Amino acid sequence: MREANLATATQALRNYEESFSGLETSAASHEPSWLRKLRQDGFARFGETGFPTVRDEDWRFTNLSAIAQTPFRLVRNGHRVPSLADVAPHRLAGAACELVFVDGRFMEALSSVGKLPEGVNVGSLAAEIATNPGVIEPHLGRYLNIQRDAFAALNSAFVEDGAFIHVPRSVVLESPIHLLFIATAHETPTVSHPRNLIVAGENSQATIVENYVSLGSGEKALCNTVTELVAGDHSVISHYMIEREDEKAFNVSTLRIQQGRAADVASHSVLVGGALVRNNVHPVLAGEGGECLINGLFVGRNRQHLDNYMLVEHASPHCGSRQFYNGILDGHAHGVFHGRIIVHKDAQKTDAKQTNRNLLLSDTAQIDTKPQLEIYADDVKCTHGATIGQIEENSLFYLRSRGIDEASARRLLLFAFASECLDRMKAGPARTYVENLIHQNLGHIADASRHQEQGL
Amino acid sequence: MSLLEIKNLHATVDGHEILKGVNLSLDQGEVHSIMGPNGSGKSTLAQVLARRETYEITAGEVLFNGKDLLAMKPEEAACEGLFLAFQYPVEIPGISNAYFLRSALNAIHKYRGEEEMDAMDFLPKLREKMKLLDMDEKYLNRSVNEAFSGGEKKRNEILQMAVLEPKLAILDETDSGLDIDALKIVAQGVNAMRHPERAILVVTHYQRLLNYIVPDRVHVLVDGRIVRSGGPELALQLEDKGYVGYESSARGASPAA
Repeated sequence: MREANLATATQALRNYEESFSGLETSAASHEPSWLRKLRQDGFARFGETGFPTVRDEDWRFTNLSAIAQTPFRLVRNGHRVPSLADVAPHRLAGAACELVFVDGRFMEALSSVGKLPEGVNVGSLAAEIATNPGVIEPHLGRYLNIQRDAFAALNSAFVEDGAFIHVPRSVVLESPIHLLFIATAHETPTVSHPRNLIVAGENSQATIVENYVSLGSGEKALCNTVTELVAGDHSVISHYMIEREDEKAFNVSTLRIQQGRAADVASHSVLVGGALVRNNVHPVLAGEGGECLINGLFVGRNRQHLDNYMLVEHASPHCGSRQFYNGILDGHAHGVFHGRIIVHKDAQKTDAKQTNRNLLLSDTAQIDTKPQLEIYADDVKCTHGATIGQIEENSLFYLRSRGIDEASARRLLLFAFASECLDRMKAGPARTYVENLIHQNLGHIADASRHQEQGL
Repeated sequence: MSLLEIKNLHATVDGHEILKGVNLSLDQGEVHSIMGPNGSGKSTLAQVLARRETYEITAGEVLFNGKDLLAMKPEEAACEGLFLAFQYPVEIPGISNAYFLRSALNAIHKYRGEEEMDAMDFLPKLREKMKLLDMDEKYLNRSVNEAFSGGEKKRNEILQMAVLEPKLAILDETDSGLDIDALKIVAQGVNAMRHPERAILVVTHYQRLLNYIVPDRVHVLVDGRIVRSGGPELALQLEDKGYVGYESSARGASPAA
């Protein structure tokens, strides 16, 4: 068994090597040298470390052998382009523009860039690198640390396409930008490495929604995304990460936020899909007076594994960060919340808060929650707390005694728990989209957990 | 036919018998009070009637409006017109009072095949009832009972009763923890609900509430049995003398017939 695992893991690594040298050959003629270096450094680093194991403190609760042992291949050709009708159910009503990516590749025919304010640039990263590399070079890969994260290194090795968004100084985008990532069905396991770069100028405002979905049912798929978000001084940015892929999907995402002076950034993560999901959120409060809200909701059932790894770095004085993650877990689902806060030496007057609340709906659901505070400044306020509970029998009886049937009462209580997270999102199309998604999802869970209790 | 007919009701929790043969009958338009010392089974009786599943019924029968109450789920009992005002109302963060009440009312309407109410029709009705209980409109959008004071929670129970308009309302120690002003407001709210087609069962330890909600009948519950029934004057005697005599007599007594 061990030997077989080793053999498949070796085959899997060989696939990455083949894919990488294929990419090297095909891209050699046209890619800028800095990008080539970024990719080579990434692959070299991944080659040194390979995939992390549970012996690595940052991966203690998440076993990656299912990813390490699957021989994924990049989708080079033969994209089955989804129809407009396939995409329609996933569109975000009220979005300013919608970029659609299929297996990591930008699809112009499915995308729509509406009327955007002057100077706003939204499009494919590959196109921007080809036509205007000088805009990309100062930012791409500058914030991401490939040394401490193998997936970030792997993503960098395969940088090709993703979204590029530039909002110029003082421009306010009122409607959200929707980035829809579609994994299509394939007969063999496939991998994609979307890379997004969002540059928000000084005093600008924008909302960006990353939305991951599956289409059709095929073999396993790994989506390994990196988003670098540069929030300029005094900018106000909301970012949404929505994971709703199918039960064969592996999704690893890293959101690296670089915040300028007095920048106000909100990161909202909503995980309801995927077999194994790792959600890395890594803001660095680099300028004075920055505010960061790190808000998340994860809803797992069956055998889903949903891992949230927060790394909040306070690097300047007078910054505030608030982390709130709520988890709802049913069946054999396993949730992880790892909340790490680093307060650097000069980050005096830091105010950092962390709360993780969890509802376990079955005896077999599991949550690991771990705060990790590293404080090198002496005048700071840091608090953290975690709770694990069940739906209260008292609350259920109270609602039922007023005439509300059991399934509806459960749904109401789950939704009330989830709404703590929804309430932290600004009212608008993105929040409405998430609310509908959560309503749908909790409906299924409420019905399922009731049947379980009745032994049906 | 009585609205509520309890016959020889026995109930246990974790193997301990709490109700040891309760008999009681209540007609439409009547207000009855059940009084008794702590641990006599008053709250158990109230919760069994509201169909809390923690209790096991080992013997007896309860007819509500001619139907088998003990076969009903809590939500069915509510939809049939039974209401329990909780001794300890539950806080439900994340659900607004207005949304909760409209969901409850519509669940009952749906059960009865009546039309559901939208927010536009519902809010004026709710505001009118809130005025009756001297409740501020801010309670509409606040989460159910969350950060309410003891008095506000009890008032909120009576508000729910006023909105849901039950056939039978059971008030489980609604007076506990209330100062005299709050007690008067709550009593006034309950009295406004007295109606020829509605019965009210007031469960209490003390007689004071009964100065404001005057019952037609008073029953004394001791050690899981009703040991004496009488008119309102019985409550005054209990206030004077306490339950001491009843407790000693209950231990040796046979189940009240």
